Amino acid sequence: MSFPWAQHYEPKFAFTRWVDEKLPLPRLVYNAIGGGYPVPRNLNYAWNFGVLAGFCLVLQIVTGVILAMHYAANAGVAFDSVEHIMRDVNWGWMLRYAHANGASAFFVVVYLHIFRGFFYGSYKAPREMVWLLGVTIFLLMMATAFMGYVLPWGQMSFWGAKVITGLFGAIPLVGEPIQTWLLGGFAPDNAALNRFFSLHFLLPFVIAGVIILHIWALHIPGSSNPTGVEVKSESDTVPFHPYYTAKDGFGLGVFLIFYCAFLFFMPNALGHPDNYIPANPLSTPALIVPEWYFWPFYAILRAFTSNFFFVPAKLMGVMAMFAAILVWFFLPWLDRSPVRSGHYRPLFRKFFWFGLIPCVLVLGYCGGSHAEEPYLMLSQIAAAYYFLHFLVIVPIISSFERPEPLPFSITEAVLGSDKKAVLGENTTPAT
Amino acid sequence: MVRIIGFFVGLFFAVGVLWAFVNGAYTAATSPAESTAESVFHREPKDLALQSDGPFGTFNYQQVQRGYQVYKEVCKACHSLNHVAMRDLAELGYSEAEVKAEAASWTVPGVDPNTGEVTTRPGTPTDYFPKPFANDIAARAANSGAVPPDLSLIAKAREGGAPYIYSLLTGFQPVPAEVKKKFPEFQTPTGTYYNPYFANLNIKMPPPLTSDGQVTYKDGTASTVDQMAKDVAAFLVWTAEPTLAKRHQTGLPVIFFLIFATGLAFLAKKQIWAAARVRRD
Repeated sequence: MSFPWAQHYEPKFAFTRWVDEKLPLPRLVYNAIGGGYPVPRNLNYAWNFGVLAGFCLVLQIVTGVILAMHYAANAGVAFDSVEHIMRDVNWGWMLRYAHANGASAFFVVVYLHIFRGFFYGSYKAPREMVWLLGVTIFLLMMATAFMGYVLPWGQMSFWGAKVITGLFGAIPLVGEPIQTWLLGGFAPDNAALNRFFSLHFLLPFVIAGVIILHIWALHIPGSSNPTGVEVKSESDTVPFHPYYTAKDGFGLGVFLIFYCAFLFFMPNALGHPDNYIPANPLSTPALIVPEWYFWPFYAILRAFTSNFFFVPAKLMGVMAMFAAILVWFFLPWLDRSPVRSGHYRPLFRKFFWFGLIPCVLVLGYCGGSHAEEPYLMLSQIAAAYYFLHFLVIVPIISSFERPEPLPFSITEAVLGSDKKAVLGENTTPAT
Repeated sequence: MVRIIGFFVGLFFAVGVLWAFVNGAYTAATSPAESTAESVFHREPKDLALQSDGPFGTFNYQQVQRGYQVYKEVCKACHSLNHVAMRDLAELGYSEAEVKAEAASWTVPGVDPNTGEVTTRPGTPTDYFPKPFANDIAARAANSGAVPPDLSLIAKAREGGAPYIYSLLTGFQPVPAEVKKKFPEFQTPTGTYYNPYFANLNIKMPPPLTSDGQVTYKDGTASTVDQMAKDVAAFLVWTAEPTLAKRHQTGLPVIFFLIFATGLAFLAKKQIWAAARVRRD
């Protein structure tokens, strides 16, 4: 599970020796994120976002559990109970803003974490399982965030719930019964609000469980690195603690500065004004949009405005939206290039920076705008590129692209030479 | 195999969405979207500078008090303030006795303690501001079919916030000649009023602030329509988030601390990593 040169946990005190004998939990932590986990020495700041995502989950659970002590999941009083938190609960405004902006922060770091994986080929063997579990976490996050946004029971909560559950209505024959079953009624109401609250409380703990699997699966091959060259010898790695605890500590500080700037000085910048209007089933907002982190997928959903070979436009949109995420699951088998890192893949790199990134940004921008021209046409082109990128371009270029020369080892990439490893003194057989 | 299936799935969605693009482009080319009066004559809010703006913003309580007076004498005829309690007025700088007196000046629904009958009584600081209408049906019947929105959160519930409120209150005007010239069909139906800051230009609220001096300010400020609109906007920023000033006051030391702590973390990181930079071969 680890490299042979990994440091071993040695309890120093009688008490820690006693604990280690009965329940070696400190040993587990030491081997997971302490000195016992050798990590490539060349990780750049793109590798900070995993730890930051974990921090965000803890933040969301802590603020969320306290908010749940004051919130009432009943369609009659939910909106007022949120205002009660904002006005009457001690520091309630800070908790609620921390939670609402915490969701955005969570998605920011998770998107950066995912795109780090795209660029550096982190999904490739031997880390496919890490990737599959990661995409699963992302899907669970989307479900959790969607249901959380319904809880304040504002206009956008209600209409967002109506639109998103309405997607299931696009499924032929069984769609509408499924939608009614999901909502516990024909439209979002108390039944839907209650079950969303229950699931919104449950899912973060499911996410925490899958994160444990995600980290477990990661520790079997060990972390990837910006060169994509696997660890060859001891000089390629440093112990996680203190090296990466220190680096992550600094990263956490930078993250908190941005996060607190939003929390304290523009807490509503990422929300929608309509969600400060109580839910009203009789008044449809001029523009129904989800939170910003769903905009790219929402744009794909709305881009399909024409029926296609007897497939209704709405069904096309729904299938495409789900496919846009599900395609990530297949990425390890779509991209066959043996070179992991985009640094050494000239063609892949160009399609990443000049194709995928602008495409996702355009989709995001269009997803937050009115469904009208020119946003529709822009999002249609971007959506077409999105599918071509993952399902056509990446598989094809991975077959014939000629990668640039890779460094011999991580040590060579960092220090310029790796004499010991070249001479075979410091090399160890692959574990 | 995954790649072959993926290839066709990718083509299916890409061609499907490009087909929609072609259809959309054809529609746009053959029947270009007509401009509407709303899209041409709707205006963005005017600039409004309030003391509560920006990261250092605090409330100008003098102004918020004036805005409260305008609410009490004008707005409250139609608009509720559901989330604000009389006790909250203490934050505006009123003394305890003043809050009690102010609360008593409002009539709130009550229950006769002897007979249990529904009655009214003078307010106390623990009461919330009374609603002007018994229910939405009554509100709609009295206002040409529109329910006047609750004002507690209005500054956060409208795009544009306080500047929007200020612009809307001062934006009432006769229908400009250009509108009639460009859109002869355009009408302002009976019971609605032309206001270029309102989304569809026709608002059902009659102009609430009609003349200078409509409210006599206790602090002697000249109550022009412009001034009253600004003061109400400032008041509604407060009602939307009474904790705004506290939020700003809390945030500044937090940010300064984080910058300091992050600096220390950076130095610690640098020192720890200095050892790893040494060539070991």
